[in-house]
Amino acid sequence: MAQRLFLGDEAVAQGALDAGLSGCYAYPGTPSTEILEYIQTSKLAAERNVHREWSTNEKAAMEEAIGMSFAGKRAIVCMKHVGLNACADGFMNAAVTGARGGLAVVVADDPSMHSSQNEQDSRYYGQFAMIPCLEPSSQQEAYEMMSKYVFGESEAKGTPILVRLTTRLSHSRANVEVGEASPIPAAVTADASDRHFVLLPAIAKKNYERLCAKQGTFEAMSEESPYNAYLEGADKSVGIVASGIGFNYVMEAFGGKCPHPVLKISQYPLPKKKLARLLSECQSIVCVEEGMPFIEQQLRGPLADPRIKGRLTGDLPRTGELNPRLVAEAFHLDLPAVPVVSPLVKMRPPRLCDGCPHADTYRAINAAIADMPNARVFGDIGCYTLGALPPYNAISSCVDMGASITMAKGAADAGIGPAIAVIGDSTFTHSGMPGTLDCVWEKSPVTILILDNLTTGMTGGQSSVGAGRMEAICAGLGVEAEHIRTIVPLPGKHDENVAVLREELAYAGPSVIVARRECIQTLRHKVKK
Amino acid sequence: MKNDIVLAGVGGQGILTIAAIIGKAAMDQGLNVKQSEVHGMSQRGGAVLAHLRLSSEPILSDLIAACTADVIIAMEPMEALRQVQSLSPSGAIITASKPIVNIPDYPEVEAVVAELKKHPRAVVIDADEIAASAGNARGSNMVILGAVSRFLAMDAQTLRDAITGFFARKGDAVVAANLKAFEAGRKAAE
Repeated sequence: MAQRLFLGDEAVAQGALDAGLSGCYAYPGTPSTEILEYIQTSKLAAERNVHREWSTNEKAAMEEAIGMSFAGKRAIVCMKHVGLNACADGFMNAAVTGARGGLAVVVADDPSMHSSQNEQDSRYYGQFAMIPCLEPSSQQEAYEMMSKYVFGESEAKGTPILVRLTTRLSHSRANVEVGEASPIPAAVTADASDRHFVLLPAIAKKNYERLCAKQGTFEAMSEESPYNAYLEGADKSVGIVASGIGFNYVMEAFGGKCPHPVLKISQYPLPKKKLARLLSECQSIVCVEEGMPFIEQQLRGPLADPRIKGRLTGDLPRTGELNPRLVAEAFHLDLPAVPVVSPLVKMRPPRLCDGCPHADTYRAINAAIADMPNARVFGDIGCYTLGALPPYNAISSCVDMGASITMAKGAADAGIGPAIAVIGDSTFTHSGMPGTLDCVWEKSPVTILILDNLTTGMTGGQSSVGAGRMEAICAGLGVEAEHIRTIVPLPGKHDENVAVLREELAYAGPSVIVARRECIQTLRHKVKK
Repeated sequence: MKNDIVLAGVGGQGILTIAAIIGKAAMDQGLNVKQSEVHGMSQRGGAVLAHLRLSSEPILSDLIAACTADVIIAMEPMEALRQVQSLSPSGAIITASKPIVNIPDYPEVEAVVAELKKHPRAVVIDADEIAASAGNARGSNMVILGAVSRFLAMDAQTLRDAITGFFARKGDAVVAANLKAFEAGRKAAE
C-alpha cells in the first residue's frame, strides 16, 4: 500500500482509475475541476488510454458518460453542483434507463458559495432521481468508495450512482492509502435486442416501475453499507445524525470521543432501521449536515417534530458551510471566547488580474454606453463576472451559464436598449450558441461581446473547445458577416474599440464583437515553461 | 505531536506553495496531514486562506477550530490580522511586513503592524527585502517558510528536503535559490 497526499477530488480520480475506469467526462467547475485534471496528468490513465478530454458542457459530458456505460464500460462524469442543473435531463433519464457499465455521477457542491451562484445540495437530486447517493466523509473514504464500491454496485444493481462531494473535501488534501489498480474489466455485454436505453413510453413505463421496485434494494444497500455506521454513546439525552464531513466536525468537537450515540451517514437513501434505533433510544436528535437540511427535513416531517434539531431550528446556521466551532456551539460545549477582529481589517474581494483583457473590454463598454441611460449589460459566468464590482460596475446580471445572451434578448424584447451580452469563449460554446440562434432568427437588437481569452480562465486555464473560432461559429449560426467584428482589448486600442462598439450598438439587429486576447495567467504559465 | 497552521495572503503570493511544502515534509516524516484550501474565484487577487493540520494522531476536521491554531503564517500583514480569531492564546504569528495595497481603504500599515505586535509571539519580517538580499527576489514565501521553521514541531532538514523535491524539476539553480531564501528567513527569526 502506497501513501499519497490527495485532494478529495484527486482521491476520487485515483479511486476511479484503480477500479478500471475507461472514461472521465467533465466540464470545469469549482470545486470539481481537479478530478479530470488529475486524470489528464495520470500515467496510468495515459497507459490505458482512458478518455480524459474536457467536454463542451455538462450535458454533453453526462450523455457521453451514459454512452460509455451503454457500451458496457466504466465511466464517471464530474461537475460542480450547478452543472447538474445543466445536465439534469440526461441525469434523471439515466436513472430510468439504468446503467450497464458502472456509471458514477460525481458532483461537488459549494456551500458558502466560495465560487458559485447558489448553495444547492445535490443529495436532493439523488432522491429526485431515486438512485443511491454516496457522500464521503474523508479523502480515504472517497478513494475507497470509488476504487472498491461504486462501479461494482452500479453494475450489479444496474443503476447510476451519485457521489456528492463538498468544497472542504474536494479542496482539502490528506494522506490516502492507495491500493493496487485493477485491470479494466471486460465490457458488460448486452444483447443487441436490449431496449433499456430506448425511453419510448412503453419501455420507459416498465423501466420506471423497475426503478421504483429497486428502492427496497437501495435501502438495503444503505442499511448494510460500510459507510453508514452506528457509534454507541452512553449519554442518550441527545443522538447525532452526522453526514459527510459533518461527521468529522462532530468528532472534532468532542475530541474524538463523542459521549452521545452518533449515526454516521455517507450513503443514501437513508438507512431507516439505523435511524429508527437512534430515534427510539435518544430524547432528541441533532442533524449535522454540510449543505441544506436534507436529512433534518425528512426526520422533522411535515409536522415539524420538535425533537429534531439542526439548521431549521437555529441550532446550526440555516445557510453556509459548517466548521468545527459552529458544530461545537450546537452542543453547548465549553468554548473559549473568540476575539474580535480589528476594525483595521478591510474586505479584500477578488478582482480582475493586472493586465487582464476583460478590464480593457469593460472600460471600452463603459465608454461606449456612457451617454446611453437605457443601455444594460448582461453578464455571465466566469472571471468577467468580477466586472460587476468597482471600478467597473459594468454588469447588471449574472444568473447561469449562457444567460447573458438570452436575458439580453428577453430584455430587448421588453424594450431595453442597447441590450448587451458579455460572455466568455468557453461559456459561449457551453450554452451561448442557442440564444445567439434565437437572436438571429428574430433579428433581435442584441450586441453580443464574446470575451475570447482562449481558455477557461476562472477554473485555472482548461482548454476551451471553441477558442479562437468564435467568428466562424457565429457565422455558422447566421450572424451577418459585416456584424461579426473582432477587437483586441488593449489600452492602446481603447478609442478604436469604443468606435466598433458604438457602430454595432447602433445596428438594430444581432451583432457579435469578439474581444480576443489571451488570458494573462495562461500567458504567464506559457512564458514560465 | 500536532501543529495546526493557518496560512493567509493575497492570491498569487505563494501561500499554497508554502502549505504544499510543509504538507509534503510532514508526510515524509510519517505524520498525518489535512490541508484545506480555496480555489476558483477567490484566488483572483483577493484574500486567500488555507488550513494545514499535522498530527501523529488521526486528524478529524479539515478545518481548524477558532482559537486553536498553533501558528498563523501570512504573506501580508492585514491578512495576518484577519485570521487572529483562529489563533490559540499561546500561538505564534509569522508574517511578512509589506502590505499589498489593492483596495481603496487599506489601513495605515504601521497601525496594522502595531496591532500584530500586541500579540506576545508575533514575528513581523520584511520578507521581500530578505529575499532580495539573499539573491532571490521571488523567494519571499521561502523566507517566510524559513522563519516559520523555528515554530513547527518538525525537523528543518525535512523541510529542506521537501523544498528540494518541490523545485527539483525547475533545475538545481532554482532549488539552491529557494534553499538560500529559506536559510535567510530561518536566520531572521532567530
